[in-house]
Amino acid sequence: MSGGPLLQVDGLRMHFFTKAGVVKAVDDVSFTVGRGEILGLVGESGSGKSMTGYSILGLIDPPGRIVEGRIVFDGTDLTRLDPAAWRSIRGNRIAMIFQDPMMTLNPVLRIDTQIVEAVQAHAGVSRESALARAREALVRVGIASPDERLHAYPHQFSGGMRQRVAIAIALVNGPDLIIADEPTTALDVTIQGQILFEMQKVCRESGTALLWITHDLSVIAGLADKVCVMYAGRFVESGPVADILDNPLHPYSRGLIDSVPARNERGRPLRQIPGMTPSLLSLGPGCPFRERCASATPRCAESPEVTEPSPGRRLRCFHPAR
Amino acid sequence: MLAYAIRRFGQSVFVLVLMSFLVFIGVYAIGNPIELLVNPQADEVERARAAAALGLDRPFLEQYWVFLKGAASGDLGRSFVYNEPALTLILDKLPATIELAFVAMVMAIGLGIPLGLVAGLKPDSFVGRAIMAGSILGFSLPTFWVGLVLIMVFSVQLGWLPSNGRGETMMVAGLPVSFLTADGLAHLAMPAVNLALFKLSLLIRLTRAGTREAVLQDYVKFARAKGLSQGRVIGVHVLKNILIPIVTVIGLELGSVIAFAIVTESIFAWPGSGKLLIDSINQLDRPVIVAYLLVIVTLFIVINFVVDVLYSLLDPRVRLGGAAASH
Ligand SMILES: Nc1ncnc2c1ncn2[C@@H]1O[C@H](COP(=O)(O)OP(=O)(O)OP(=O)(O)O)[C@@H](O)[C@H]1O
Ligand code: SF4
Ligand SMILES: [Mg+2]
Repeated sequence: MSGGPLLQVDGLRMHFFTKAGVVKAVDDVSFTVGRGEILGLVGESGSGKSMTGYSILGLIDPPGRIVEGRIVFDGTDLTRLDPAAWRSIRGNRIAMIFQDPMMTLNPVLRIDTQIVEAVQAHAGVSRESALARAREALVRVGIASPDERLHAYPHQFSGGMRQRVAIAIALVNGPDLIIADEPTTALDVTIQGQILFEMQKVCRESGTALLWITHDLSVIAGLADKVCVMYAGRFVESGPVADILDNPLHPYSRGLIDSVPARNERGRPLRQIPGMTPSLLSLGPGCPFRERCASATPRCAESPEVTEPSPGRRLRCFHPAR
Repeated sequence: MLAYAIRRFGQSVFVLVLMSFLVFIGVYAIGNPIELLVNPQADEVERARAAAALGLDRPFLEQYWVFLKGAASGDLGRSFVYNEPALTLILDKLPATIELAFVAMVMAIGLGIPLGLVAGLKPDSFVGRAIMAGSILGFSLPTFWVGLVLIMVFSVQLGWLPSNGRGETMMVAGLPVSFLTADGLAHLAMPAVNLALFKLSLLIRLTRAGTREAVLQDYVKFARAKGLSQGRVIGVHVLKNILIPIVTVIGLELGSVIAFAIVTESIFAWPGSGKLLIDSINQLDRPVIVAYLLVIVTLFIVINFVVDVLYSLLDPRVRLGGAAASH
């Protein structure tokens, strides 16, 4: 175990080399996640959050490719690993949960098969002891009568239950880090709350770090320690959650926060960020937010560098809000 | 399950009766078999006697009724031409057809699914494109033409393979089979390839399409995120999902490959039931035609039933008999 942060993503660039041109899905993203820490990765649809998560797991398929940057996990740069070594980390030390629980479990395989294979992919244990771990993991995510549930197929579960099963699969090998890609977005509000609460509890108990991907800042508020905001494939601002929410410096973060209902006084109309996300294909140099930014000046036609306005905060903007 | 089987059985009997009636009408409409069976020089009396002996003098519906009564007790009538029970004639020839069809299907499945998987996983690679190009050829070349080319090349030019007959056979469970002797295999090779080609192309396309769709699914990404090996992701997670439509098609095609082996059997003079059917149609040998079609339809029905059962085993969301899964 190294002394540094658990995960350090440093200048990550992941591009898709399509026939229509290069799509810079992730373009210079940096953040760190400490052991047992919860980092919220926030941004609009298409901002490259999922692709950042897939990059960390080594799940990028052609025509996509990590073109630059380091992903240092527990002292090892994952981008330098061969596929087999990366695979041995996947699902073992870093696990991932996806957005739509109706789609993530294989419809034709029983739950026990799907959990046991996750255990046996990384540990040479018997089916019996793998099953024992599976049962334990189901109990931890609040599934009653696990023995019965192990023999069921995914279609016999509700959406919320399926997501619990997916979380159990992520937890079963005791990972150091879980990447959760909007795991509550597809669920109804009460279930969302429960899953959120239990995820948080389980991770705090076991000291598992969490990279929580979402477009919903209100979810992050009560959950994360730190936030990293992404826009059009780039990281724009990061820092402790309270600092960012109370005092956003980047015009885009400010816009995001203003569009969250709970943080507005009653009766005042919500402020939406005007305009649309630019196409990643035609994105030239300069700040990608300038078409929509109220503070933009001619200087913003150049790309802003990353600055550190206060310790622990990082920002990429020429004219931060004060 | 039992209620389901009984209902299926009832439907099947209905289909068989309806089918036999239609074939009766069909053969009746084509012509009078007496014209073909009796010596053209024979006089009226002799013709009348022959017609009476075969029951052809009676009204159409009565003839059908006689047939139905016989069929209920397993008697499908005697061939007008050979004067043997029609069923015996067919069952004599059917094993050769079934052997040919099975070997062709095994070849199509054994090659089609792996090739389709490769083409589906690497659609843009050279190998993937080559497999697709091959399957397009196999799809569009007519069976009889491919059969003739095979004979031209391997029998006439190279002289490697015999072009007709079953070759040396061996008895297995009272039935002669070709695939256990070297000579039989040599005889089987070309007709089986000929018959398999179309099904092979079909299975390649089906598997490729299924694979391309499946690899985009979240459950495949999730399986990979668990750190499973590539082999397990493809061999279990992808394959088990795409197998559902493939099994259905294989079942349907198995029936059709038996029923439509006729062309291949004719080209390679394979002594199967297809050749018997062609001869019987030429001679308006109604009992054999009817019995042949009934046997084929029964085969279809049995195969479909087996496919349905397999389907419910493969796909947990399907329960036979329409009982909904508990939630
Ligand atoms: N196979 C691909 N080829 C080309 N571009 C792609 C491909 N897959 C994703 N992209 C692009 O990558 C960009 C980032 O996608 P990503 O899924 O990471 O966004 P996201 O932030 O997770 O959005 P969402 O909230 O909708 O999940 C998108 O603009 C998308 O168009
Ligand atoms: S750099 Fe300029 S355009 Fe970009 S967010 Fe800051 S002020 Fe707006
Ligand atoms: Mg996403």
